[in-house]
Amino acid sequence: MSTDDINDAAPGNNPGNNPWLRGLTQPRLSRQGFLRGAAAIAATAMLHQTGHAAEKVTDWNAWWAAQKPTTDFVFANWPLYIDVTSTGADHPSIDTFTKQTGIKVKYMEVIQNNAPFYAQIAPVLKAGQATGYDMIVMTNHWELTELILQKWLVPIWHEKVPNFAKNASPSVVSPAYDPGNKYTMTWQSGLTGIAYNPKLTKREITSFEDLWDPAFAGHVGMMNDNTELGSAALLKLGIKPSTSTPDDWKKAAAILQDQKSKGLVRQYYDQSYINALESGDIWITQAWSGDIYQANSKGYKDLKFVAPKEGVMIWHDNMAIPVGAKNPLSALEWMNYYYTPDVAGIIEDYINYICPVPAAKDYVLNTLQDPAVANSPLVFPSAAVLAQAHDFFAFKSYAEFQAWNNIFNPIIQG
Amino acid sequence: MRRLRGKLAPYLLSLPSWVYLLCFFIIPLGSMLGMALAVGDPLDGYTMSDNFSEFVNAFTSFEDSFIRSFWYGGLSTLITLVLAYPVAYWIAFYGGKHKATFLFLIMLPFFVSFVIRVLAWEFILSDQGFLFGSLKAIGLLPQSFHLLSTSWAVIGGLVYNSFAYYVLPLYVVLEKIDQRLVRAANDLYASPVSAFTRIVLPLSAPGVFAGFLLVFVTNVGDFVNADLLGGPGTYMIGNIIQDEFFVNQDYPMAAALSSLLMLLLMVSILAYSKAFGTDAIQEYAA
Repeated sequence: MSTDDINDAAPGNNPGNNPWLRGLTQPRLSRQGFLRGAAAIAATAMLHQTGHAAEKVTDWNAWWAAQKPTTDFVFANWPLYIDVTSTGADHPSIDTFTKQTGIKVKYMEVIQNNAPFYAQIAPVLKAGQATGYDMIVMTNHWELTELILQKWLVPIWHEKVPNFAKNASPSVVSPAYDPGNKYTMTWQSGLTGIAYNPKLTKREITSFEDLWDPAFAGHVGMMNDNTELGSAALLKLGIKPSTSTPDDWKKAAAILQDQKSKGLVRQYYDQSYINALESGDIWITQAWSGDIYQANSKGYKDLKFVAPKEGVMIWHDNMAIPVGAKNPLSALEWMNYYYTPDVAGIIEDYINYICPVPAAKDYVLNTLQDPAVANSPLVFPSAAVLAQAHDFFAFKSYAEFQAWNNIFNPIIQG
Repeated sequence: MRRLRGKLAPYLLSLPSWVYLLCFFIIPLGSMLGMALAVGDPLDGYTMSDNFSEFVNAFTSFEDSFIRSFWYGGLSTLITLVLAYPVAYWIAFYGGKHKATFLFLIMLPFFVSFVIRVLAWEFILSDQGFLFGSLKAIGLLPQSFHLLSTSWAVIGGLVYNSFAYYVLPLYVVLEKIDQRLVRAANDLYASPVSAFTRIVLPLSAPGVFAGFLLVFVTNVGDFVNADLLGGPGTYMIGNIIQDEFFVNQDYPMAAALSSLLMLLLMVSILAYSKAFGTDAIQEYAA
């Protein structure tokens, strides 16, 4: 007897007529049907996993044209990366933005580091869902390249951000990792050079050679970020990281291995190198300019940052709009708002990395009356310093990224 | 029918636990093993495969870290046992009515977050910190002395963090030992040492094993201590797995390493139980 027959049967003849009983006694789905369904789900899941992202093509011009202005904006950023009032409760730059545009900003300090944050949003984006953020800030490392290659970023509608063309520093225009600023605009840049404590090194530091000086054995800090670690060794060898080859990488790894096996390296640090430098555990270290500026103003006045004579690395933290953003026009509005000397100046006066708007210097000096920040070569480096700063090697595929890892990871992990 | 139901009852009652185990243990374990065998990369996606060589790669590439992890884990477990046993013994036999207070005092530091406690050690042990800084100032230690960034700092951190987890199971078994047995041994002319080695120690073996399970398994897989207190050459397998997963995005390698770690831990637990007899474990389980 098939299921259809039950419905036709006379009342009272069959318990099948009572829907409640039928529900209890008969399978809703035949087992075969269930298995078929499960197989279909599994197949979709596999398809999702294996399907190449590039197959999805969106006409972004049409997409932007279809967007309507909204009154919300969700901004995911790193901790301590925007201006804040002395009570810590308010961000003046955001309040002014809301006053000018009527857009309410939800500002979230959720990004601790590139890799874990990428690991958080990647599965969501892969499933084709929205991250809930309208703007994220990512360093020009592999994870940003990956977001671009996966087509998980919305191309910027440049017409809506005229201030970028007007005010952006040449150092952030059309970088190698994002030609034409198609997907990103820099929030802050920073230099990676050498920091040291002259009281402990007892001499001036000028070169990457000094990180290999046996006199500092056991007190040299290196970074555990293998992009930074490898780039420092490449510069020491006189190789431009941005155009280096795997053969160069091997040479660089060899001198790093040598540095380690001679007992020079105290530790491969994450951001915590700054604590070790402040406490005197390390005397000389690879360092980010902004950290040293902040340590100086916090009371560690001895600490010095130098751009080594072989060159200095420059990195950029970039604003980008993830696919699925609910308020993309608000994000463009914010980018345009940020790229003005006034706003960039207000924010820069608080965060002290490198401002992507050089004209903000005058604003900080004359309007905010803060010559310490405005005249600092760390916050507003000269155009000459910026022009000579080196970019990271921009990975073009996962294979390249893995080749780099396979060469440099054994130094940190061994 | 009724008999059948009677037979089924225990299984039905334990059904929630089975479902829980299935959802949060069996399925994740299966997907981890599946991931270890998959081929592909994060951009193009992964396809199921039978890439068993990934396990060989995982072991040969990180053999040193595996050995180091088991060495740190084993040594720190042994040191913890040696330190925790007298404490547990004293509380159980001489704690009197204040036993609960002493146990509470041992647990007290553990009310503070794990990472904060390790960071506190980083501060205490720093080269110019109040401990070594003062010792260096009065000339008791050479200027170049440092403990942070060495293997000993990592092992010390592991011992410190597992101390309470060894005291508690030891206390539980020692507390249950009938002290009249020790007195009887003394009456029969057993020296205090032989009374201990022949009566108390064998009776507390289940606690030693329970503590070993808790401490050894956590310590071998730990990555926080090596991360914060270690230096070059103290990388443990937990750190490698973290790197492979987050930094390199080599998910098959991370999965293969995790599976291998689990396998090796099971082998070492089996080896322990073979070496010291399985009755101890059964006794503890009962």
